[in-house]
Amino acid sequence: MRAFLERQRYLIDYTLAALLRRKTRNLGLLLVYTLLVFLFSSVLLLSQGLRREAATLLQDAPEVIVQRLVAGRHDLAPAAWLDRLRRIRGVSAVQGRLWGYYYDPAVKANYTLMVAPERGLAADEIVVGAALARVRQIGVGDYLGLRAANGQPLPLKITGLLESASELLSADLLLLSEAGYRALFAIPPDVYTDVALTVRNPREARTVAEKITLALPDSRPILRAEILRTYDAVFNWREGLAFLTLGALLLAFMILAWDKAAGLSAEEKREIGILKAIGWETGDILRMKLWEGALLSLTAFLAGYALAWHQVFYAGAALFGPVLKGWAVLYPELQLTPAVDMQLILVLLAVSVLPYIVATLIPIWRTATADPDAVMRG
Amino acid sequence: MLITPAIVALQGIALSVAGTVLLASGFAGRILRRWDIHSGSELQLRMERQTYLISTLLGFALGAELLSLLLFVHTAESLSSQFVGAMCATGVLNVNAFGFPTLLLKIAVFFLAALWLLLNRVDNRGYDYPLVRVKYGLLMVIAPLTVAEGVVQTSYFLGLTPEVITSCCGSLFSSESKGVAAELAGLPPWPTLVLFYGMAGLILIAGLLFLRWLRLGPLFATSSLLGFGVAITAIIAFLSLYVYENPNHHCPFCLLKVGYDYVGYALYLPLFAAAALGLSAGVIAPFRRIASLQAVIPSEVRQLTALALIGFGLFYALATWLMLRSNLVLLG
Repeated sequence: MRAFLERQRYLIDYTLAALLRRKTRNLGLLLVYTLLVFLFSSVLLLSQGLRREAATLLQDAPEVIVQRLVAGRHDLAPAAWLDRLRRIRGVSAVQGRLWGYYYDPAVKANYTLMVAPERGLAADEIVVGAALARVRQIGVGDYLGLRAANGQPLPLKITGLLESASELLSADLLLLSEAGYRALFAIPPDVYTDVALTVRNPREARTVAEKITLALPDSRPILRAEILRTYDAVFNWREGLAFLTLGALLLAFMILAWDKAAGLSAEEKREIGILKAIGWETGDILRMKLWEGALLSLTAFLAGYALAWHQVFYAGAALFGPVLKGWAVLYPELQLTPAVDMQLILVLLAVSVLPYIVATLIPIWRTATADPDAVMRG
Repeated sequence: MLITPAIVALQGIALSVAGTVLLASGFAGRILRRWDIHSGSELQLRMERQTYLISTLLGFALGAELLSLLLFVHTAESLSSQFVGAMCATGVLNVNAFGFPTLLLKIAVFFLAALWLLLNRVDNRGYDYPLVRVKYGLLMVIAPLTVAEGVVQTSYFLGLTPEVITSCCGSLFSSESKGVAAELAGLPPWPTLVLFYGMAGLILIAGLLFLRWLRLGPLFATSSLLGFGVAITAIIAFLSLYVYENPNHHCPFCLLKVGYDYVGYALYLPLFAAAALGLSAGVIAPFRRIASLQAVIPSEVRQLTALALIGFGLFYALATWLMLRSNLVLLG
């Protein structure tokens, strides 16, 4: 065992020295390799962070949301539904929700408007999200004028800003009172946008949803689990697409690695010839070359991963952000929480180190089995 | 079909493993037909060189298969949110009929590749490559298995359709499908416990006897494989229950999660290594009569056997400790 380890140590020693003797040549490959790992891990780390963020946020969402459908489109739910839903066994609380979108031509963006009864706002008071305040350059005490459904301007006084910790949710959010909301959109007092249900036992949510579709045939219950599943599927899909486009890059890299391993310089050939002439076996050369690949891969992997980590979690993920996040005018500024994920590292190994090894196996073997006299003379 | 990075990566691994092993078996086919150690022809020389390539390719396949085994289980785990009723990897593997066969094929290829590399190691130490035909015959068995693995895995992934919100109705759509079996059925704990420790005794006795009389190779190989099977059964039947401290949770994959301190890795790594080493030791032993291997095989096999016994020992020690540590009273 000891002899085996010593042998590997000497091989590594020799390999490192050999790599350093041809610095520029190997540096080029190392740079490309690092870039490849960097790109792949940026995609993975970013979407993993976003997925976790979405899951954390949705943890507090209601178990079931009931919408009304008219001709296949979302419509306002009548207040009479609240009582009927409350009577379904397993439902512990029912709340009619009022929300909507407002297009602001001044910043060319959509705001999300929501009634927040628990905040106790007066009819002309609002609370706005941080990104919105930033873009409109307004603050507490200022007035924000919105154009009501009847064409008249509706001045609303800002009484607070939503803290930026929850910016993913609140970037474009505008909270107001029920009276203000109904005045702005001219919505009659006996309807709601949709209904949020609290189910005492989350495992019963599915049964409750089935009962709702029977009791209210024109309704569309949406479970929290389904929203989560859909988010997951969307992120998976975007991530997968980004990955497939990077596949072309991977192929180019494999060709480069193959070429680099196959096209030995005359000097390198002579070196191998001499090694064999002084008693190295084919197996030793093979092992030396495999160590070379392993050292290169390890360096590139660690460097690429560390760079991507910095880019995604500390530098704002400018790369791939627009692809994976989707697009909007009011971008939330969010700080993703870093986390190490075993699956992510396995995937990275599979798409960077494995292709490198595949591409270099045959050229390495060709080199190792060459005849000493042939290479020294040739 | 789902397109996630992990699935793209797994398909890439399957493709490259099948590709390298097929390439290796292409060379091996010619070696099987034309090998003649006494010839000094150019062809013979070329073939002798190709043996280096084949063993390198197989070494790669073994490593890639190990990576793919781990990644496959992790992927199944992470997809569990996508399927109604799937709580962990078991449920996702049960989504269609190809999930578990893919896993079993991966394990089979892993064991055979390990066996091949150990055979190769012994063979290289005999001056006349006495095991050439055995080795390349085995390679001819591994090659179709890797192709089968690729095909089964592709069918499995093609059959995965996640249930997402549709525009017509939210939950009705997914509540119609019954959901997938999220649990593995376990055997009754008492008899399995007896079998589990009985198997430990059998492996130990077979191993000690084998160290003394090398002709008992087949016995040790069989008991190693049986021991592996019994160990997996035991993990499903009662060991997982002790770890999760829940009398109904039989999943052998959740052990690999952070929530259980990654204890699965500590259990499975010695178990897989021990089973692979034990199997190989038992298979290699019968070749000890070959003249050029007489000096090599006894010490090599004894070393492998000792390592296998240590591996099984570690596994059993950890398993026992996990049961003693647990607050669950299963066999009251």
